[in-house]
Amino acid sequence: MATKKNNTLKLKFESARSYAPAPESRSAATINERYELFINGKFDKPQGKKYFDSINPATEEKLSSIAEAGAADVDRAVKAARNAYDTTWKKMPGKERGKYIFRIARMMQERARELAVVETLDGGKPIRESRDFDVPTAANHFFYYAGWADKLEYAFPAKKPQSLGVAGQIVPWNFPLLMAAWKIAPALATGNTVVLKPAENTSLTALRLAEIIQEADLPPGVVNIITGAGATGAALVNHPDVNKIAFTGSTEVGKIIARSIAGTNKKATLELGGKAANIIFDDAPLDQAVEGVVNGIFFNQGHVCCAGSRLYVQESVYKEVLRKLKDRLETLIVGDPMDKNTDIGAINSKEQLNNINKYLKIGQQEGAEMYQSSVPIPAKGFYCRPTIFTNVAQSSRISQEEIFGPVLTIQTFRTEDEVIEKANNSPYGLSAGVWTDKGSKIFNLTTKLRAGVVWANTYNQFDPASPFGGYKESGYGREGGLHGLAPYLNLS
Amino acid sequence: MSPTIVVNLALTHLIMPQKIISAQPDFSISPRVDQVGIIERAARFTKRSIKNETKLNGLLLTLNMIDLTTLEGKDSEGKVKQLCYKAIHLHDTYQGLPTVAAVCVYPSMVKTAKHALGNSGVKVASVSTAFPSGQSSREVKLRDTKFAIDQGADEIDMVISRGRFLQGEYNFIYDEIATIKEACGDARLKVILETGELGTFDKVRKASDIAMHAGADFIKTSTGKISPAATMPVTLVMLEAIRDYYYKTGRMVGMKPAGGISKSKLALHYLVMLNETLGEDWMNNQWFRFGASSLANDVLMQIMKAKTGIYQGKDYFAID
Amino acid sequence: MATAAKKNSVKPLARQDENGIPPKRLEVLKTYKIYIGGKFPRTESGRYYKAINKDGGVLANLCLSSRKDFRDAVIASRTAFGDWSTRAAFNRGQVLYRIAEMLESRKAQFIHELILQDIPASAAETEVLLSIDRLIYYAGWCDKFQQIFSTVNPVASSHFNFSVPEPTGVVSIIAPEENSLLGLVSAMSAAIAGGNTCIILASYSKPLCAVSLAEVLNSSDVPGGVVNVLTGKASDLIPYFADHMDVNAIVICDRGADVTRLVQEKAAINLKRVTIYDQINWLSDDGQSPYFIMDLQEVKTTWHPIENIGGSAPGY
Repeated sequence: MATKKNNTLKLKFESARSYAPAPESRSAATINERYELFINGKFDKPQGKKYFDSINPATEEKLSSIAEAGAADVDRAVKAARNAYDTTWKKMPGKERGKYIFRIARMMQERARELAVVETLDGGKPIRESRDFDVPTAANHFFYYAGWADKLEYAFPAKKPQSLGVAGQIVPWNFPLLMAAWKIAPALATGNTVVLKPAENTSLTALRLAEIIQEADLPPGVVNIITGAGATGAALVNHPDVNKIAFTGSTEVGKIIARSIAGTNKKATLELGGKAANIIFDDAPLDQAVEGVVNGIFFNQGHVCCAGSRLYVQESVYKEVLRKLKDRLETLIVGDPMDKNTDIGAINSKEQLNNINKYLKIGQQEGAEMYQSSVPIPAKGFYCRPTIFTNVAQSSRISQEEIFGPVLTIQTFRTEDEVIEKANNSPYGLSAGVWTDKGSKIFNLTTKLRAGVVWANTYNQFDPASPFGGYKESGYGREGGLHGLAPYLNLS
Repeated sequence: MSPTIVVNLALTHLIMPQKIISAQPDFSISPRVDQVGIIERAARFTKRSIKNETKLNGLLLTLNMIDLTTLEGKDSEGKVKQLCYKAIHLHDTYQGLPTVAAVCVYPSMVKTAKHALGNSGVKVASVSTAFPSGQSSREVKLRDTKFAIDQGADEIDMVISRGRFLQGEYNFIYDEIATIKEACGDARLKVILETGELGTFDKVRKASDIAMHAGADFIKTSTGKISPAATMPVTLVMLEAIRDYYYKTGRMVGMKPAGGISKSKLALHYLVMLNETLGEDWMNNQWFRFGASSLANDVLMQIMKAKTGIYQGKDYFAID
Repeated sequence: MATAAKKNSVKPLARQDENGIPPKRLEVLKTYKIYIGGKFPRTESGRYYKAINKDGGVLANLCLSSRKDFRDAVIASRTAFGDWSTRAAFNRGQVLYRIAEMLESRKAQFIHELILQDIPASAAETEVLLSIDRLIYYAGWCDKFQQIFSTVNPVASSHFNFSVPEPTGVVSIIAPEENSLLGLVSAMSAAIAGGNTCIILASYSKPLCAVSLAEVLNSSDVPGGVVNVLTGKASDLIPYFADHMDVNAIVICDRGADVTRLVQEKAAINLKRVTIYDQINWLSDDGQSPYFIMDLQEVKTTWHPIENIGGSAPGY
């Protein structure tokens, strides 16, 4: 039997990208022309009467006008939250609080399709992900924390947990609804009231959530949702009557927040950037590893703080992994986020696309080899082909800095020690991935990797019961699970 | 490269017998498969939404990939003739439908099938090697195969000796397949792994590798007599094995999931999986088959629905 | 006794009696040095200050540590972290217990030093005994707190998922001015019981026990670099304790609002975890708990697929 080696072999995947369009119906949700601030249980105009546009990044069309909350509006929201805390929420028995949260979870499930459509129109993520991941996981988060509301004393042995007061929460644009759920659910379960600010690019699902909260008859002021950009966020962080700051976003802004609350008694949870190592050993289940790499970096256009953006492959399987990865890239469909077959949707904003493109240039200038799939991309809207860089050095900027896009760097390694050292050689420490068939090696790696979440033989899995959060400059505090309760409580 | 290397060291052959080292790969080590990962990946293909012309093309292609099968003790000439007529005339009220790819029968029915199919282009596939258990001697399996070939079979669907495989006798399996392949002559050989008896995805991968290296033209999941039969994850493991083998050797190998695929929606999921794992070159009945007995009618109903916009009823489609 | 006379009689720097006559045997004085990487260097700055009791008596010359001493201590701490953090928790417990044994055997010296630093005799004894007991307390926690604060998380997918605390890394500790031994021992024990390594700035006004404790550590199986002790001026050193990029966390005890604010601002540069212990009554049971250990821990969550074949599994 002849075994002829042929390096020119190539599988053809043109037809894998030319399925007939399968668009989700836009009519599943109506979007208002204008959205107001949700303060004290009512939708209310901003005092400054200013509005900003929210656009669909897939088409660059305007979706709606969103109220911009000024300092006075922030103050109104915090006062409403304080008042609700003092008069109702603090005194309410845990089991009653829990029932409200359960109710929110159920109503989100009822309106799941509508929420998914809005999320995709507003943020550009594929409808498949909004529908199968963002929205159900968000609802599950409320469901999970609802059950904690009357069981807090079991979580902290020998301590008496007490709520903090008013929580100021700021969420990013990559998972707008899910991050809002991550913030609001534990805050309510622990007896705090909330002022939440979504990212200015993606306010719509948070405002839908405000509608649900209103429908759920949550006492006015327990949750307030105010929209706006950085200035609104800063006013919230610096408001003297806020007891707790929970922020998910960039490390840069995280540091600003940490500085601005210095000397106050505000507690903070910061979920910040990452540059996760995803490590493939030669004994790994390679096809699943490649799939994990794809999920790790191309999920949500790579707009994921825990994205596995640094791939380390053991040299003996490097060629094979690279070949598999390139083939897999060819089958990723980039385009209309509303199409149910789209794998990679629109980059969230023009600004972010520019930032990604900047790094593509830097990578090439640094001498790395860039490979992009041959998938066609739409002419209008913000899109980026899935991209991998090979011939990358540890000291390259593209392997050190968070790109927050569908861009993967690949480096090789020879030994376990070497890869542990390289993986940890980063100011970040949010997540990491390990692929090997050997149990003892997994535990060596998972113990030594300095990261808050380690996925072994899997990647980018999330669950309300599972704590999430980083080491080092990836921030502090945990969200999710039992450990996600502590940041919202005083223990005495 | 020659298949065997004769080691003949001047010093050692005096004290040990001349040793023949086969150049076949070491099958004790084969690529690992993570069960949860492969299931997740297989499930992902089912999320593709196949609509309009893509759906219609997929349905027509599915029909054309079917190995219309009857493998029962009570199979008779009459039954086989009817099946063969159906293979050529799937639904004559709709013009322009393709035929199925092949009719799959026991060796004793090959002659009948061959005659009934005439020059329609539909192939006759015969199971062999003491199908379905494979529990017989190499000699009997060889004669079984030769009989089917003599009767006119275009394709042979053999089973591997699962007991020997699970005992770790990988070379036995390799030799078994290579021997049958030799007996097949021009007939194409499909090797049935009977994945439902192998127990893990790792073993499925290993058996796939052995079969391909031993000369299989197709690898096939199941006899249809054991549950579970074909599943998407098992088929995906085999498709990935085919892909790796192709890159290693340049030789294309076909895939045939068999058993348990009776709905057109599921068949379309399989085609998506094939399309995105092996690509366009495999998207024809030269390289992919569905082993199925009742899939055709469900596909026909879907095609009629697509054509007329009206949901169909079973009574309007002949059962065989 | 006249105040002036008492001032002159304060040991250990007194060389003559009241009448100016040398003692029959000249006492050997102890040089109070700093403790870095398991060694007792003098400060690289060559500067010193005098520890003085409330009557103005000079107790000793202490190193006025510099930022370079701190830098060296961080390097030693980082080097020691790998080994210390991955040691068996049981072994860390034994090492902490050993510190307690050593301290017990030298308790008279520590009581004496506290008395020299104006602590009444009975309070001095209480503080030393409590310090020993605190070490025992945390020795016992070393291999237990993980069990209390770990979780196995019942995720909905086919994965095994668990969360365990892990040491945050290199910790800088500003020990309290008062309870110069007990406060320091409490903060240190919680840090190292959890697998961290640390650099401690001792009480400026009552530094003697800190240096003597370093000698205890040095003779009790604590690997060099796990605990480093500096003496000196808080205002000189705190900025560096707070903004060094290779320090993962900082603990500040009773330093007032301004210093706390400064530390928090500077710590933001690399998002150090800042723990503030204000008005903790180290003498009471409120001064000890596994939650002090958890203040310097990170929670790591690990996922792994669970193969699911057989039974009612749909998977194969």
